Amino acid sequence: MSSYSITEPSSRQKWVAGTLVIAYAVITLLPLVWILTTGFKSPVDAIAYPPKVLFEPSLEGYVNLFTTRTRVTAEQLEALPPPASWYEQIVRNRDMVIAGPSRYGERFLNSVIIGFGSTFLSVFLGTLAAYAFSRFKVPMKDDLLFFILSTRMMPPIAVAIPIFLMFRTLGLSDTHLGMILLYTAVNISLAVWLLKGFIDEIPREYEEAALIDGYTRFQAFYKVVLPQAATGIASTAIFCLIFSWNEYAFAVLLTSGTAQTAPPFIPTIIGVGGQDWPAVAAGATLFLVPVMVFTILLRKHLLRGITFGAVRK
Amino acid sequence: MSDTPIDRVVKATPPSVAAKIRGLSDRTIAWLFVAPTIFLLLAVNIFPLIWTINLSFTNFRANRPNRDVDYVGLRNYERILTDGDIWLTMQATAHFLFWTIFLQVLIGFTLAWLINRKFKGNDLWTTLIVLPMMLSPAVVGNFWTFLYQPQIGLFNYGISFLTGADPSSFQMIGDVALAPWSIVIVDTWMWTPFVMLICLAGLRSIPDYIYEAAEIDRASKWRQFWTITVPMVLPFLMLAVLFRGIENFKMFDLVVQLTGGGPGSVTELTSINLKREAFEKWRTGYASAYAIILFVTVFGLASIYVKALNKVKER
Repeated sequence: MSSYSITEPSSRQKWVAGTLVIAYAVITLLPLVWILTTGFKSPVDAIAYPPKVLFEPSLEGYVNLFTTRTRVTAEQLEALPPPASWYEQIVRNRDMVIAGPSRYGERFLNSVIIGFGSTFLSVFLGTLAAYAFSRFKVPMKDDLLFFILSTRMMPPIAVAIPIFLMFRTLGLSDTHLGMILLYTAVNISLAVWLLKGFIDEIPREYEEAALIDGYTRFQAFYKVVLPQAATGIASTAIFCLIFSWNEYAFAVLLTSGTAQTAPPFIPTIIGVGGQDWPAVAAGATLFLVPVMVFTILLRKHLLRGITFGAVRK
Repeated sequence: MSDTPIDRVVKATPPSVAAKIRGLSDRTIAWLFVAPTIFLLLAVNIFPLIWTINLSFTNFRANRPNRDVDYVGLRNYERILTDGDIWLTMQATAHFLFWTIFLQVLIGFTLAWLINRKFKGNDLWTTLIVLPMMLSPAVVGNFWTFLYQPQIGLFNYGISFLTGADPSSFQMIGDVALAPWSIVIVDTWMWTPFVMLICLAGLRSIPDYIYEAAEIDRASKWRQFWTITVPMVLPFLMLAVLFRGIENFKMFDLVVQLTGGGPGSVTELTSINLKREAFEKWRTGYASAYAIILFVTVFGLASIYVKALNKVKER
């Protein structure tokens, strides 16, 4: 490439474009920054007017997120032994005592179990199917691939009616297993399409060489193809994980207690007279930050993931 | 075992190699690998779909499973298609679809075009801009109700800062006229990066030499934009619109958390309306017919659109 090209934008153009994009980025990130900061505000600072940018950080939101509390009278508070920990102190300052842990921990754990369970299953099944679609003559290949994709077009609520009835009959309502199977079925279309793209890019010559060396098809698959596809499998897994992690419609309709994930739970965190915004923000922060980290790690494959492999860059 | 080409190859190879290859034939492996996926999709997608079709001809109510179920023919379909409220829901959905796609294409394409000026650090900013779209719509939507609070909300404060209006004088979520825009704003905030990323891929796929040739022909920048940039990006842009269209037709989580369909039912999009019929009023048969109508609509519109998209690609 030459050092000077007539298609290269001028430095003034670059400067203007850069300023506009950075301005957009700052505005668009404000709501996210607001979530992060509100989690560390006291309830009074959170609803101050004008909105507070500088404030004294407090962990009250996080304490409220993980505990349930009951109000006590001044005399009762006097009679109590001195607080054993910093978080008890925070709660006592509001004339309350800790009654027990909140459900947030359980709900978060449910999200982890269901997320990882369904991700493992969909990537496992997806890799097998994608390999077969990529390498073998499968009858009606295009129809099957389109069928797999079309399952993603149905509105979740439309499928939820019979799934609700089916789960009730099979005793899968509000169970981890039920949700794992359901999310696997939703994610598998993404897994197959993405992985097929990744495997298509691995030259067939590698396997053919292995076959000539005396490997069986199966050995060639897991000793040659799988290691080559590792990056693709990892990014597919992260996309599946993010989907299960964020999913709300099925979760709110099919779970209520033991298997409820965090998205339907976080909006129900309430304090005295309405939502306890610092606690909601704290819960949201813990829930959203892992996805932000994954997004940054995934940035090279992002486009592929969100378009089902249609755009590869 | 049938005599496939692979089997013939196996017979022709030396015995020492053949012993290792034998194992499973390619065809068996292919079926073994594809079958679990297809089976799972049949069980969790197709079987329920058939069940829904069957339920749509009945007056079944899921909250009274023991009551007798009567087949009512096409009555559910008839009632849905002649119901004025459902047409209002469809209008709300159309408003939401049109404006979200319009704004996202406009802003997304502009951003992609600006990022493609290749200023220093554009990769970093692209990654940061993309963040909102990867987050949980329900959790983020819930938090936006806080940003939209009159007086204390950051959004209202920002608007009053820019226009001088009193921040407690308007309610984005509570107001009948503003609520449909409140969901458009949040969806646009969330999904503009999606359109942007796809447009950026389109812009980067245009080879420099086309512009160089145009430059030699003394084509103006304006003309280059309309005769080279736009047509080359169009297939990408149409793909982005397809994805956003399907997703927003199904829209549920974000809007449920933001407005819950209110005030009244001005933001009650089809999925929310369907959820009310199915899981609050428990009119399972009626809701099933509704679900089928929606599915056929999405599928039909998407198929027509994909045909158009392929035509554009061929040009």
